[in-house]
Order: sequence, then C-alpha cells, then structure tokens
Amino acid sequence: MAMFTQADLVGYMRRAAGEDESISLDGDIAEVTFADLGYDSLAVMEIASLAERELGVRLPEETMAGVETPQQFVDLVNEQLPASV
Amino acid sequence: MTTTLAERDAGTRPEAGRAVITGIGVIAPNGFTTDEYWDAVLHGRSGLGRVTRFDPAQYPVKLAGEVADYDVHAYVPGRLVPQTDQTTRLALIAMDAAVGDAGLDLAAMPSDQIGIVTGNSVGGLEYSQRELEKLWSAGSNHVSAYLSFAWFYAVNTGQLSIRHGLHGPGGVLTGHTGGLDSVAHARRYVADGLPVAVSGAIDSSLCPLGWVIELTTGRMSTVTDPARAYLPFDHAASGYLSGEGGAILITEDAGHARRRGARPYGEIAGYGATFDPRPGSDREPGLRRAIELALWDAGVPPAEVDVVFADAAGVADLDRAEAAAITAVFGPRAVPVTAPKTTTGRLHSGGPALDAATALLSMRHGVIPPMINVTDPVASDRLDLVLAGPRETRVGAALVLARGDGLNSAMVLTAP
Repeated sequence: MAMFTQADLVGYMRRAAGEDESISLDGDIAEVTFADLGYDSLAVMEIASLAERELGVRLPEETMAGVETPQQFVDLVNEQLPASV
Repeated sequence: MTTTLAERDAGTRPEAGRAVITGIGVIAPNGFTTDEYWDAVLHGRSGLGRVTRFDPAQYPVKLAGEVADYDVHAYVPGRLVPQTDQTTRLALIAMDAAVGDAGLDLAAMPSDQIGIVTGNSVGGLEYSQRELEKLWSAGSNHVSAYLSFAWFYAVNTGQLSIRHGLHGPGGVLTGHTGGLDSVAHARRYVADGLPVAVSGAIDSSLCPLGWVIELTTGRMSTVTDPARAYLPFDHAASGYLSGEGGAILITEDAGHARRRGARPYGEIAGYGATFDPRPGSDREPGLRRAIELALWDAGVPPAEVDVVFADAAGVADLDRAEAAAITAVFGPRAVPVTAPKTTTGRLHSGGPALDAATALLSMRHGVIPPMINVTDPVASDRLDLVLAGPRETRVGAALVLARGDGLNSAMVLTAP
C-alpha cells in the first residue's frame, strides 16, 4: 500500500470538516497547527474517524490528543499502514 | 414597591429600554430574501407544492412549503457545511440578511452587549436521520461527532452566536410559539440594558423522520391540490400544510437605534403568553387571555389595532376557537384578520417569527397582505378576513397570534 500523504490528509480534512475560505490548505501546512488552520478538536476527531474507516487504521482519542499538526497526523497514520508491497 | 415584568415593560418608561426591530431576515418557501417573500405574499404567490426533498408517495400528506434549492457553499462558511442541518443553514443565511438590513456592524460593538435568543421546535432532524441511518447500517464509527449538537434545539442560537461572535446573554425557546416568544425575550434583554439582541426562529423538518413525527398530530391536510389543502377559517378546512423557514429579527434599544440613525420597522409594544386548560376541560382556551395581556402590556386598546395575523391552524375546531377569541376581544368583524402563512404553510416556531416580520413590513409599506385560497369562509366566525388581494391601509398597530400544543402567545407591534 502506498504512503499516506499530506495531500491525502487535506482531502480528508475537506470531506470530513469542510474548509475555511480564508485559510489555504494548498501551501506548506505540514507544521502549521490544526487550530491555526481553522480545525478545532472536534474537527480533528471527524478527520481521524474518516481516516480510520477508509484506511483501517486505529486512531484512538488518547493518541490523537497529542496530534497538533498535519505532519504528526500523517506520520501517525503511516506508522500503522502496512509496508509497501 | 414591586412591579410585574409587564408593568415594567408597559411603555411608561422613557426611550431607554424600549425595544424596536431594526433588521429583518426572511427565508421562506416563497422567498429566499425578505424582498422576494414580501412581493410573493402581496401577490398571493404560494410556495406550497409536492414534496421534493424526499419521495412522499408512501405518506398520506404529500404537500409542503419547501425553501427553493440553493448553493450552500455560496451562503454558508465551508467549515460549517459538514456540521449543520438545513435548519441551521437557513438560520445563518437569514441572520446575515437581518444584520445587513439593520446596518449593524456587530464586530464593532462590545461582544458582551449583544444577546441572542431563537425559537426552535424540532432541531436538526434531517441531519439526525442521516446519521442515525449510518448508525444502523454501518456502525457507530460512521456517525459524525457533529451530531452531538447539530440535532439540538439550541443549535441555531449556538451557531449564530459563534459565527457572529456574540457573547451577551443567550437562550432558546422551544415549541411552535417559540418564534414569537423569542422576540419577547429579546425585548426583556433590551429592557435589562442590552443595546442589541438577535431574535426570531427558523425551523425545518422536511425529511421522512420529521414527516412521520408530524403526521402523528393528525392535523396535517391530506388534500393533494396545493390550492385546496390549507384553508384556515374555510368550510373546507382539512388541516394544515407544513413548511420550512422563518425570520431572524434584530431587536434593538430604541435610543441605540436612534443614535446610530437606524430606521426601525416598529416597536415590540406588548406581549402575553398563556397555557390552555388541561385537555378535556370545559374551560375556555387561553388565547383570549393572551391577547388581552398583550394589549394591556402595550397600552393599546382593541380599537387601535389595525390588523390581526392569525395563528390559522386550518383545523376546524382550532379555527373556531381562534375566531371566538378574536371576536371576544375586538367584536364581530371589527378588525382585519389575515394569514399570509397560507402561502408558506405552517413553519413551526419559524411561523410566528415570520408573521411578526410580515406585520412589520405591513407597517412600513401601509398594506396588509392577504390570505390565499380561502373561498368559503365560515360566516359564524364573524371575522373580517383579508381575502381578495392586499388591503392598503395605515398599519399603526398589529397583533400577531401563535399557538402551540397548549401554548398561546400574542404580540402587539406598533409603528415607529
């Protein structure tokens, strides 16, 4: 299976929690916090829930509590994805 | 010395603390904007038709007043789209319109000086149904966390206050009279010293879940001709039709409005609310007392009321009771009675808020919109129904009536 990328995550963010018109998700947002991107904790929960369903990973609330940026989210998902075949 | 709330609000005070309406935002089945709606009711243009939001074929009631389709992303912020039901989206749109109409720059005001209280009777049912379907068919991990608030009665007050950064007092009033009760409560906020309080109500429940809940009332019309289904005060009354929408009203301290040069539509002059006796009692329903309380609160005698916006249940015994209450207070055929909601259906808590907006528009434009489709009024009601087109007249004082299950609310609005 391919790596989970930031572009994949941005797609999930838009689908699960919508997008703030005043904040672009297309630039280098890897280290920008979700809060600064307009996503509160409930929004991140929605995004994690979508990722769990679509990718078969487990993203429990306790773990997600420490995830503040898209890069951290992407890394956490990739840790759980099976290695590329 | 103690005074009741009504005495305190009774208009003997100076300008400060008196509440006027300075902004109106309508969203209705026959108008996506206030202007569209007003033009529609003046011309008797109906928004009633066969339900399109879902297939009504298997249900006994097939007609409703649906707000026209719109591009949600053109009106609702992207982050709010996944977390809002139609009822909240319509409320966001109506609030933007009301604030714009009032010419208020809310962001420039101290945020704790702006209150908000809205009416709501069903919450976000379509959203609830969709998420509950996911729960049953796909499992709990498919249910949106946003359901936690998107379904709730208070969601419109919450989302509107967050969207506009309002940190003053807030609340929600439930039930079908909520749209009127919220305006009265906003008036209390103003009497307590707030310069601005958002009020009004939007409701929407046009989904199968909402439909089967509402069908249990047994009061919806099963007639399939949109021009013959909802006929309040008519011999052919067969029940009511349901619709979605309502109005958001910007309530403002009269002095605050004057100092910033705003042009009020009218003043919230009086209000009364009563309960009905328990079902089966032979005591009189509470509507007449609600009317009398509102008139007394306003200091307006019945002879000075220029129009009554009726609750207009469309159910024969409820229409008789309303007609009896109106004639008991005003006398037979002594005041014009109208029901523009014959063009929209009953909008639950949104209905009385829209009626209040319509009454204020009548004052501004000097014309009473008609009720439509009624051709054979019950003569014994002894009402002067506004039937054959709009009636041009000065409207100095209007009475708006609303009923819910066992609840009665009445409001007197007066021209500025």
